Amino acid sequence: MSSHAAAATLDPHADSSTSTGIPNKKLLMWAFLASDCMFFGCLISTHLIYRLHPPPGTLPARQVFSIELTSFSTFILLMSSLMMALAVNAIQKGNIKSMRWSLLTTIFFGCIFLGCQVYEFRNFVYEKHLTITNSILGTTFFTLTGTHGLHVLIGVVWLSGMLLYSFTGKLTQKDAIDVESMGLYWHFVDIVWIVIFTAVYLLEYL
Amino acid sequence: MDALAKSDFIAKEDHGAKPLVLWRPTAKTGLISWLTTVDHKRIGFLYGASALLFLIVGGLEALFIRIQLAVPNNTFLTSAQYSEMFTMHATTMIFLVVMPLGAAFFNFIMPLQIGARDVAFPRLNAFSFWTFVVGAIILNLGWFMKDGAPDAGWFGYAPLTTRTYSPTHAVDMWVMGLQLLGVASIAAALNFIVTIINLRAPGMTMMRLPVFTWMTLVTSFLIILSFPAITIALVEIMMDRLFGTNFFEVSNGGMPILWQHLFWIFGHPEVYILILPAMGIISEILPTFSRKALFGYPIVVFSGASIGFLGFGVWSHHMFTTGMGTVATAAFSLMTMAIAVPTGVKIFNWIGTLWGGHLSMRTPMMFALGFVWMFMIGGFSGIMHSAAPADAQQHGTYFIVAHFHYVLIGGSLFALLAGIQYWFPLMFGRMVSDFWGKVSFWVIFVGFNVTFFPMHFLGLEGMPRRTFTYDGNMGWNLGNLIATVGAVILGIGLAIYLGALIYGYYKGPRSKKDPWDARTLEWSLPNPPPEYNFQVIPTVHARDGWWYEKLHAEEIVKEEAEHAKEEDAHGGIHMPFQSIYPLFAGIGILIGAIGVAVIDPADPSRYPGFWGPKVAVTIVGGLIMFVSVVLWSLEGVEGYHIHLNSDGSIKGDDHGASKH
Repeated sequence: MSSHAAAATLDPHADSSTSTGIPNKKLLMWAFLASDCMFFGCLISTHLIYRLHPPPGTLPARQVFSIELTSFSTFILLMSSLMMALAVNAIQKGNIKSMRWSLLTTIFFGCIFLGCQVYEFRNFVYEKHLTITNSILGTTFFTLTGTHGLHVLIGVVWLSGMLLYSFTGKLTQKDAIDVESMGLYWHFVDIVWIVIFTAVYLLEYL
Repeated sequence: MDALAKSDFIAKEDHGAKPLVLWRPTAKTGLISWLTTVDHKRIGFLYGASALLFLIVGGLEALFIRIQLAVPNNTFLTSAQYSEMFTMHATTMIFLVVMPLGAAFFNFIMPLQIGARDVAFPRLNAFSFWTFVVGAIILNLGWFMKDGAPDAGWFGYAPLTTRTYSPTHAVDMWVMGLQLLGVASIAAALNFIVTIINLRAPGMTMMRLPVFTWMTLVTSFLIILSFPAITIALVEIMMDRLFGTNFFEVSNGGMPILWQHLFWIFGHPEVYILILPAMGIISEILPTFSRKALFGYPIVVFSGASIGFLGFGVWSHHMFTTGMGTVATAAFSLMTMAIAVPTGVKIFNWIGTLWGGHLSMRTPMMFALGFVWMFMIGGFSGIMHSAAPADAQQHGTYFIVAHFHYVLIGGSLFALLAGIQYWFPLMFGRMVSDFWGKVSFWVIFVGFNVTFFPMHFLGLEGMPRRTFTYDGNMGWNLGNLIATVGAVILGIGLAIYLGALIYGYYKGPRSKKDPWDARTLEWSLPNPPPEYNFQVIPTVHARDGWWYEKLHAEEIVKEEAEHAKEEDAHGGIHMPFQSIYPLFAGIGILIGAIGVAVIDPADPSRYPGFWGPKVAVTIVGGLIMFVSVVLWSLEGVEGYHIHLNSDGSIKGDDHGASKH
């Protein structure tokens, strides 16, 4: 059976039980991310299309955004990806303790990003008077970044679940693929943020 | 060794500890066994049974429409009821009949064709089915409520679907139902993609895959890439309806045309999601009953794949009359003409398969030949629409209705009916009466043409779609009366078909193994196939693997005996445990969806903030789903192992422990 082959080599990048050698869970995650690309693609297109047709009296986005804050949270999110990569690397080597620290840092950074987003949303609504209902910019902005925030939140819950699970002692080197597919998801959420940061924020400063 | 490895679905074994979760259902018969099943064959059967049930529902809706239109100024239905009928007829037939019938075959047949013991993620597969059921319930809930069923058309064009023009929950339920069906389809499609790419038996290279499996793969990619577009469109309309956003609110800068683009970016690939499985089924049936290999296999496969690609580039031909500008119109016109090429290539391949074959005219073959002919007529009228100036005349008329019923009934449904007849002996071990099958074919064939052929003329004479009645002096009386008579004949034909099927299920003569003398691996199994599918994972030596096995019987027997010994020595056949959590997750989703779509928003004077019954029910549903998913993942992927005697009976299984 597969586990015999797996136990013999323990190569995290190959799975002798499948036709292609790619683990099923990894392939599932890649296919899901392809699908998720289309989700974000539609939302980002919606935002970009409406951006070209602002109704009269629209607040210019540049007056609303705080590029310093967003640049900071972008940086934090990118660093969380680094920690995620270290966590995957750690469990592939069987170093559970190191994986826990890396996961904890990833979660911490993810929470900082979410905190920044909550602060940003509150700031926009209460100080800048941009709400989800009062303008098309608010509608597309909050829906798009909110959807991304929801992805980050799901990621944080997943990471925390995995961290807690690791304390049952059932998470071993053999389960590296579980952490790795979670990592794929997390990196994807980061990459999408880079696109959103460019298309939604930086574009306004051209 | 390679052969053995394939018997395991997921490369994770237990670590000797007890599972964290309390209950592992083990019932093999009875209600619990069906509610907790992870067996792809049972799930396929459930999909098929629900689809046939909804075929009756959708068919009755169609008959009501035809009765209303039989004579001018009819008052059988009111205008509002008529809108509900055509909306629900279309939504039901597309999402609750043709797609799940396709999914039934993907589930039941595809793993058998590639020599696998199940799909890659059996519990996810169960989850897909239960989510599909929940979506179907939410869609049809309106019939039993005072708000009524959804009535804004299956295309749900904004701003008709906004709160201003559709204030009741009917459209909320349509939006929610479609979103859930999208989730179900995407989850199932992801599963099929991984299964086809990763769980092929040794020797089953991609270019040896049966064409039906190939079309499953292409369809699955279309699903995961196109459903997000409608999901986002539905999210946007739902945000507009629930939270007052401005996506389609013109007074605040919203643009309803965006809905059309997002909808058709999904909607056109959806057309191919409906027809590609049908083409796959036909590509299995024609060679079997012509007693020849499929003519030009690689061409058929590549045509299917290129239809998949091109399918994403033609959506705006549904929108030629929206004024997109000359360049866009010309480009989409051109692409639409281009996509007809691979479709035409396939037709020639099927004719090439028939050419010089020893045709055996059994019921599946009749439906398959009917498909080739009727689908071609639908294709011809389709190519007429690719010319934008002509389309501008035909747009919104019965000509369009005629066209897409020729591709969806004459195409998809004929092929699916052929597939049911073809695989019935394998699924249930009994034969359907060939006589009644052929009678049903001829009645369906005649009824279908009598219904829809006159609609071409009605359309060219200017009769508009989606209008509940017409005046007696428009010159449409005769055509409509003929169409209604045809619809009744079509209904009788389908009733005969289903009757023959049900009789065959209970009383049909026992079928021998491989009754059609077919070519692909699923027919190497006894019928109905045992729970573990393959006694020994087959080794594939050629395209049409089972045909090769039949010609090289001795060699195969020796090879299988050898592999059986190895497999047994390595712990036997791995079977996954059943699981209740996919069902629980589905129930959570149902409760949450009722919260979102059915319950009225709270009266602010009685509840603080945004709290209220609506939010409470939604949160409860979400929590049930979340807890189910957590328990599901804690439950793990362990299974048990079974060992077989040489006759395929189970020697004894070591339930609960999967150590070796």
